Amino acid sequence: MTAISSIAALDDPLRLRLYDYVCGQDHEVSRDEAAAATGMQRAMAAFHLDKLAAAGLLAVTFRRPAGRSGPGAGRPAKLYRRSDAEHQVSVPPRNYHAAAEILAEVAEVTGAEPAVQRVARRRGSQAGRAARAADPAASAADLVAASLAAQGYQPYLDGTVIRLRNCPFHVLADQHPPLICGMNLALIQGLLAEAAAGRLAARLDPQPGDCCVVVLDKSKDASA
Amino acid sequence: MSGWHLAQLNVGVLQAPLDSPQLADFVANLVQVNAIADAAPGFVWRLRDEDGSDATSLRPRGPDLLVNMSVWQTLESLRAFVYRSGQHLEMLRRRREFFRALDEAHQVLWWIPAGHVPDLDEAFSRLGLLRLEGAGPAAFTFRDPYPQPVTAAATTTVPEV
Repeated sequence: MTAISSIAALDDPLRLRLYDYVCGQDHEVSRDEAAAATGMQRAMAAFHLDKLAAAGLLAVTFRRPAGRSGPGAGRPAKLYRRSDAEHQVSVPPRNYHAAAEILAEVAEVTGAEPAVQRVARRRGSQAGRAARAADPAASAADLVAASLAAQGYQPYLDGTVIRLRNCPFHVLADQHPPLICGMNLALIQGLLAEAAAGRLAARLDPQPGDCCVVVLDKSKDASA
Repeated sequence: MSGWHLAQLNVGVLQAPLDSPQLADFVANLVQVNAIADAAPGFVWRLRDEDGSDATSLRPRGPDLLVNMSVWQTLESLRAFVYRSGQHLEMLRRRREFFRALDEAHQVLWWIPAGHVPDLDEAFSRLGLLRLEGAGPAAFTFRDPYPQPVTAAATTTVPEV
């Protein structure tokens, strides 16, 4: 399937809702769970989930419920999770990733990490100021979560810590972790400085699959 | 179980003496980061000086060049420690405070027979190979990895790790 077809599979409100729900979970999702979460009939959810899987947007595994095995344990459940594949379409053709790769290597070879972090922090602050100006009454946590969500980080709460399920720079970060994770941390620290008035802190705390940055209450930040 | 382990060498040119204020945070984190490595899944061995704690007193190639060498069961276990453990990633994020940028490779990976203990001459020859020829089966990087050799590892009489 072409990238255009894959992305076009999301051009359906029900399908998009299912996709967003599955991607937002920390576990593989069954058809029943997806149907219940989105208010859909099971058969309808199954149909759309399978379309998303065929488009390469979701990955499928079969798993028996915990504690069940052997004859009579029932059929394994079909479970869905976000696919690891990236799908990009740009018209006219654009390849910002290729430019980013070159610039990342130049930054590393010239030791420009401090400058990268300064610029990223400044841009993060700009975004934070804009977010605060657009919603002066919002709480720090709400403003930060909304801004991070809008940038594609997929924030979620883990106790009192905000974790991020998606790294918007994933492939680039994989190739240049110290540079890009440092840039990412600075970007988010800049955001917090303006949108959270210094009450929230960002730290590196990579968990499997997640973005490396976490946001926490400054009073609870043991490493400060 | 594979007959091969992954060895790594990374070097760094100090921005200032190890006992200077500029290097204070690097030094302060050494014990903890090394403890995390020692306890990490897949860790096999790391180079230590005679004091036994780490390799920061070794200066095999000049007074400003720090060396670090270790052995892991798999490339993935090394990658997880280097880039996905919080404290080490934090030190990497700040590396310019402690180490100069180099215009050539500062890190090399290579496959060794399980049980082999690499020495610095071997490690530097692999780094030299990488710098001269780019990544290949005998010397490679995280960005350009090469798989384990397909032939069985020859048995050796080097001491057990």
